[in-house]
Amino acid sequence: MSVEAREARQPWILLAPALSAVTLLLFVPLLFILVYSFWLRTATGADQPGFFLDNWREALTDPFYRDILLSTLRIAAITTAVCALMGYPTAYFIARSRGDKLLMVLLLMLPFWISYIIRTMSWINILGASGAANAALMALGVVSEPVNMLYNEAAVILGLTHYLLPFMILNVFVSLEGIDANVEAAANSLGATRWQSFLEVTLPLSLPGLAAGGLLCFVLGAGTYITPLILGGPRDAMFANLVFEAIITQLNWPLGSALSLMLLLVLGALVAIYNRYLGMTQLMKGLG
Amino acid sequence: MTRKMNAVARCERLRERYMNGDLDRRSFLGLLGAAGAACGLATPYRALAKEVTHIRFDGWGGVVSEALRKHAFDPFEAATGIKVVDGTFGGGDEYLSRVKASQPGEYNIAHLSGVFDYARYHNLGLTSELNEKNIPNLQYVIPKLIDVFRKVSGGALSCVPYDYGTTGIAYNRAHISDDEAKVKGAKLLIDPAHKGKISGWADWRTRMWYAALQTGQDPNGIVDEDAAWDAVRAHRDLALKYWNSGAELMSLLAEGEVHVTEGWSGRIYALQEQGHDIGYIDPPNGFGWQECMFVIKGSPMEACEELLNFMLAPETAIAVAEAQNYPPALDPTKVDLGPKIPTLPAFDPSGTLAGLTFADPAYWNSREAAWSKTFGRVQRGY
Repeated sequence: MSVEAREARQPWILLAPALSAVTLLLFVPLLFILVYSFWLRTATGADQPGFFLDNWREALTDPFYRDILLSTLRIAAITTAVCALMGYPTAYFIARSRGDKLLMVLLLMLPFWISYIIRTMSWINILGASGAANAALMALGVVSEPVNMLYNEAAVILGLTHYLLPFMILNVFVSLEGIDANVEAAANSLGATRWQSFLEVTLPLSLPGLAAGGLLCFVLGAGTYITPLILGGPRDAMFANLVFEAIITQLNWPLGSALSLMLLLVLGALVAIYNRYLGMTQLMKGLG
Repeated sequence: MTRKMNAVARCERLRERYMNGDLDRRSFLGLLGAAGAACGLATPYRALAKEVTHIRFDGWGGVVSEALRKHAFDPFEAATGIKVVDGTFGGGDEYLSRVKASQPGEYNIAHLSGVFDYARYHNLGLTSELNEKNIPNLQYVIPKLIDVFRKVSGGALSCVPYDYGTTGIAYNRAHISDDEAKVKGAKLLIDPAHKGKISGWADWRTRMWYAALQTGQDPNGIVDEDAAWDAVRAHRDLALKYWNSGAELMSLLAEGEVHVTEGWSGRIYALQEQGHDIGYIDPPNGFGWQECMFVIKGSPMEACEELLNFMLAPETAIAVAEAQNYPPALDPTKVDLGPKIPTLPAFDPSGTLAGLTFADPAYWNSREAAWSKTFGRVQRGY
């Protein structure tokens, strides 16, 4: 074998484990889901193999699924906006801090050491009828009986923000860290106030990080089902909850497969649009 | 005469050939890899024939799992050396989905609720056939509880009845008096006076059962379906949230988040034992159910039968029942159940269970596909 041929093979040999894992653990299961989406559920709950378009027709034409999908996208968008508003100042503070940035980033990552479900359930102890917030309000005489703060859409958005905020902060932080501090100094030396230099120099340069954080928050938020299950009321469901119900409660794997692929396609389209206009480079930096 | 070589001798000979230079490195590694793959492929089948070392058990978690672990599984492991690996689930539907996705033998015994669940498993071809001679303690079980399972699976048994209970109405006595609960019965769950302080199980069967009671219908023969769904909607609009597990039910009541909900009799009794002032009533035609230990097709039958027999031994079954707060399936006319069990909710001293209304499996399973889907929509506001 020639040296050139061996060199050409080497990257593939090195990539082989990762490619095998992605193929076996992602593409093959996706293929199964795709095949399943064309099957049917029989009356007993068993699956009927074949090529039927019923599930896709139902998923695409039934207003129930469309409404929940739109509601899911709306909740994800609000959560992303809240994360951006809360995350940007925090990231800016860390990036411009003279203190130990590594320690601050580490503190930011600290919640990840605790299970997402436990973190979500902790809100029950904070905002519940006998939680810390109500106990404080009643002790201070502000209210005479507990206020209902949980089990509504606001609580779902709060739980999602709690979960997703670190992703936003990290992405914006990485973006801000990449901006040469001299650029801001140059703007100031040319007569710009600090606010003007932020608005016209720092913010535009950090937008890719904000967009990358936004994409992550949106995609992760739109795909969650635990948060509405724990913190939502009877009507508060997101699209992933419908997938869960179809597969687990109704034992309708074919319809669940069609619904999950529908969500995947919608979120995939958003990622493709993002990649078309902003590129995935910043996202990789943020995740790295 | 040729001498039969074992795998070790073969590998040694291969190594020797490689060390002597009779084999190049690539061939040696290739043959070694092929031997490993062959061994890996052959091992699972060989393992099936091996002695059973563990049994997988799945149940409802919380106090129920704790009771089974302490009073049944730990003593069984000590007595037989067979390990019981216990897992949990939040509901029968969820577990069925997991079993459907599993390989035969992966899941062995499940603590199923209701004959309708048994029928669903049977319809999906998941029933096994127990050798009842290996379960002599089955003689202590209430015959009526066994017969209903036999009818479903054509005379054979794939489970042993283990306990029974009710899904009744649990209420916080600080806000709802016993008299009010008794007068309003199932309608307490759709009483606007308690708006925002009502909960209920996110289970379509329970929702429809109680909707039938709220609209004055027979739960096993709902005539006016629209009226029942309207009652489900009325409950949804008054509810703070639906609960999805026994732990969540207990938390909502104990923390005072809700004043009234349906609840599982044993869990409510556990709350009462903990000192919470929670009342519990079974309204007329309240939801009764019997639980069984179901052996899934493909399981190691003899080991499972040994465990079931151990679990049905009166001393074990009574200890489990006292700890999980559900009466055992043991016939009180044959076995002395001790002082605590007669005080448990839903307990029937006659052993006939005539006072409880159970879900008709044929009726409920024939509506399962349509009603579970409709409930998914109704709970979202449709």
